[in-house]
Amino acid sequence: MTTEGTVVATLDVPAPESEILRVEDLRTSFFLPIGELEAVRGVSFLLQRGRSLGIVGESGSGKTVLARSIMRLNVGANVKTTGRALFEGRDLLSLDSREMRKLWGSKIAMIFQDPMTSLNPMVKIGRQVTEHLRKHRGVGRQAAKQTALELLNEVRIPEAESRIGRFPHELSGGMRQRVSIASALACEPSLLFADEPTTALDVTVQHQILNLLSREQDQRNMTLVMVTHDLGVVAGRTDDTLVMYAGKVVEKASTIEIFGRTSHPYTEALMRSIPRTTQASHTPLVAITGRPPVATHLPKGCAFSLRCPYAQLKCHEEDPPLTPIGNSGHEAACWFPVGTDANQEAFERNLSDRLPQTLVVADSLIAGKIGQTVGDSPEEGSA
Amino acid sequence: MSESADLGVVGNQPTDDGGSESAGRATRFVGVLKRMPWLTKFCFTWLILLVSAATFADVIPGLHDPDYQGFIFGDGKTNDGPSASHWLGTDNVSRDILARLIYGARVSLIFAFSGVAVGVTVGCILGSISGFLRGFVDTSIMAFVDVMLSFPALVGLLFVTTLLEARGLFVLCAVTAIFIWPRFTRVGRATAITVSGQDFVSAAKAIGTSRRRILLREILPNVFPAVLAFGLVSMAILIILESTLSFLGLGVEIPTASWGGMIAQSRQDLLINVWPAIWPSVTLLMTVYSFNNLVDWLRAQTAVRSAAV
Amino acid sequence: MPKMIASRLLRLVLTLLTVSFATFVMVNVLPGDAINALIPIDAQQDQEFVEQVREEWGLNDPMLVRYGRWLGNAVTGDLGDSIVTGQPVTAEITHRLPITLEIMFVAVGLSLLLAVPVGVFSAYREGKRPDRVISGFAQLGLSMPVFVTGLILIYIFALKLNWFPATGWNRPSNGIGPNLKTVALPAMSLAITEAAVYTRVLRSDMISTLKENYILSARAKGLTDRFVLFRHGLRPSLLTLVTVVGLSVGTLIGGTLVVEFLFAIPGIGRRIFSAIYQRDFMMVQGITVLITAFYVIVNTVVDVAYMVIDPRIRRTN
Ligand SMILES: Nc1ncnc2c1ncn2[C@@H]1O[C@H](COP(=O)(O)OP(=O)(O)O)[C@@H](O)[C@H]1O
Ligand code: SF4
Ligand SMILES: [Mg+2]
Repeated sequence: MTTEGTVVATLDVPAPESEILRVEDLRTSFFLPIGELEAVRGVSFLLQRGRSLGIVGESGSGKTVLARSIMRLNVGANVKTTGRALFEGRDLLSLDSREMRKLWGSKIAMIFQDPMTSLNPMVKIGRQVTEHLRKHRGVGRQAAKQTALELLNEVRIPEAESRIGRFPHELSGGMRQRVSIASALACEPSLLFADEPTTALDVTVQHQILNLLSREQDQRNMTLVMVTHDLGVVAGRTDDTLVMYAGKVVEKASTIEIFGRTSHPYTEALMRSIPRTTQASHTPLVAITGRPPVATHLPKGCAFSLRCPYAQLKCHEEDPPLTPIGNSGHEAACWFPVGTDANQEAFERNLSDRLPQTLVVADSLIAGKIGQTVGDSPEEGSA
Repeated sequence: MSESADLGVVGNQPTDDGGSESAGRATRFVGVLKRMPWLTKFCFTWLILLVSAATFADVIPGLHDPDYQGFIFGDGKTNDGPSASHWLGTDNVSRDILARLIYGARVSLIFAFSGVAVGVTVGCILGSISGFLRGFVDTSIMAFVDVMLSFPALVGLLFVTTLLEARGLFVLCAVTAIFIWPRFTRVGRATAITVSGQDFVSAAKAIGTSRRRILLREILPNVFPAVLAFGLVSMAILIILESTLSFLGLGVEIPTASWGGMIAQSRQDLLINVWPAIWPSVTLLMTVYSFNNLVDWLRAQTAVRSAAV
Repeated sequence: MPKMIASRLLRLVLTLLTVSFATFVMVNVLPGDAINALIPIDAQQDQEFVEQVREEWGLNDPMLVRYGRWLGNAVTGDLGDSIVTGQPVTAEITHRLPITLEIMFVAVGLSLLLAVPVGVFSAYREGKRPDRVISGFAQLGLSMPVFVTGLILIYIFALKLNWFPATGWNRPSNGIGPNLKTVALPAMSLAITEAAVYTRVLRSDMISTLKENYILSARAKGLTDRFVLFRHGLRPSLLTLVTVVGLSVGTLIGGTLVVEFLFAIPGIGRRIFSAIYQRDFMMVQGITVLITAFYVIVNTVVDVAYMVIDPRIRRTN
């Protein structure tokens, strides 16, 4: 098993009150009949107040479990989380459930992936937007209704007055997600998790919702954690980005750095698979070859080694720790980071060995030169 | 509408995957038995004991005549407690309670088994026809079923059994069958509809197999397990029904031993001697409970298996 | 919605017609002559007199004619007279029906009062000890025949503790207290089995509801568990329970019959029992039709209740 030392995040040297969330060596396991499934394997990061962080990775990489572990929202008796998650200096993982409940919805809120299923189909929208406001702040029915109206207006739901008494199924998917956002904002939380907030929506609606989230984050000086499988969602929207693979952070940096100086081969692979709405729709997408590993059967060494175009013998032997790239706080966990000479050598060696995943990448480089076009995306549409 | 959903075992796996020899099946069966929780094992054992005792009641050595009233001939006491010769004591006319329990089990089990047999047979056939053919046939059958279901069954049963001059076990079973089949038919139909929608049926249709053949070869065999499962659920209900009828004095005619009848009879002397009431009550409860427990266990097994697929 | 109610009404009428006709046929085909109820056997020597009575009661007409006559009167609200007592069947029904209904409603009320919190709690603790204990009890409750439950309750609470009377009935006009005392044991006898059924149904629906995302999102709002369970989880879990409550009216009708027999309560159930014994066909016919109507109506109400519970159904209908 991996016995790597904990690499505590060093994005900055923070003044304590500006630091809102500090996660240290967080691990979450599910105990299943077939054995232990470690879904999050020692994640550490630091988040400053008012900033936004994107957590990116293929589906199954443990993003949801990570977010839910921090929020203590994993369900079931077979889950165990260790490590620390300090929110405003208090370790969430050691709070009792009453204290946790006081934070939920009021200081930390979460928006879920599917607005279809995360709103109760049998409860009127008005109540779902403000019920926790009433519980947490003791706001009266009339005042809550007023707030609900304001919130629905703020998230740009037309005819809010009439929508308040409606049920979720009477709204479109995008409208429903707006309702979820309104609900999450109701108590003015200082930290908001958005777990794939747009994955279930149409592309055009996606942009509206993402812009809405960014705007609200700016206006309220809220801290935002955006979980997504799509690097394109993060581009230009979040300050920092953290790339996860098989339950681990493989690269983290400011979003500009991530795109400008991509260092981890996995991140690079994700870049190639960003759907580009600014380009013709038939631009070839290069899917990452192979499948993400099953969390109960991780390969020895680097978890990405079986799919990595640069994998060398060392990669199959030893798990690479997170190491600084330059001195801007950029870190990556790779023996042969992209852009280094060692990486280039590894690529050529694999090419001559005709490694399948390496060939695929080489072909795509020749065909579309996709690698270059992604780099300039962070600037466009940045809020 | 909810029968099939209640059951949760509308299993329509198109038969086993071929290579299951009987030997493999036997060892698997033993393995399954071993994995039972202790309570289910206990229930299973109880039912086996009960069925054996009821079957071999006539040849069990030393078992008393269930109808022999010793006190008339001066060789038995009424309301006697447990003793070496009467293990469970005697009732208020000095009959052996154990013997009456065992012979009563016969009545209960025959009643329940025959009810289930009729229900499963009719339910499979009518249900398959109804669910596979649909259209007018289906509408007519279901209309009839609906009427039968809204008819107060116990009232009908009371009515018929009261008016019938002779109330042997056979007549009782026959009458009950009238009120039993509609629910089975519903379950059968619901399953048949699901089965009919499956690929292997469409495939059979596509290659021009006759409807009769599809019905016999594809639909019926797949409807059968679900209806049978419902039959197992119904065992408990039928045993309760039989004992209730007997308790009301409308079951098998009086001297014949039945659990409900024993309980009814013991009512008069409840304050003098509760045991003649307790024994049949406990036996009845244990039997019904055992069926329910076993059904729940089976249901959990199939749920686990279908979740695993 | 009006469309649905119309189709339901049509179904009710059709069912009633079929059931009443079936009962009528059954009454006439099965052995047992109504004349025996009208004139004592030993008084039947006088053939002329017997013929006269037959004529008077219309027993000589063909069955269809008699059914038509009965039906014609039934639509005007006249279900005929009891052959035994000579009283109008409707009068007897209105006199006894409230008793039976009271027992049934109290029984259903008690069952729900017990089953809802217990079922919710059991689901909330799924797989843990409290859930296993509750499920065990539910399985046991499910296995209790009404008459056994009733006897146990009589033995303990009437014979041994003397808290309630073992038999008999006090009308509410004799005071609510005495009335409730006579309702208690019969209703409880019915309620134990029903509560077990309801608990199991609710538990299983609630377990799947609790896995829904909206429950997680409600928890993430910091609402208390109790609020999440009852204000978010309960309503979506009620559909099967409501269906089962509707269907259980059928079992309850049988159950009240047993209970009224056991506790010597002068309700509809006991009346039909004696009517059958006395070959009082008019009475049997009237009560059967009434029970059927009640059953179908309750299940129509259940369908309407669906719409009240689930706004999505309201819309699609
Ligand atoms: N409740 C659970 N029980 C067992 N395994 C789980 C559970 N939730 C998530 N997992 C496993 O944890 C891993 C990470 O899942 P998840 O965090 O949902 O991925 P992502 O959100 O990145 O798509 C997956 O392998 C998934 O199968
Ligand atoms: S180069 Fe090696 S260490 Fe880096 S990602 Fe590929 S396999 Fe892992
Ligand atoms: Mg996810």
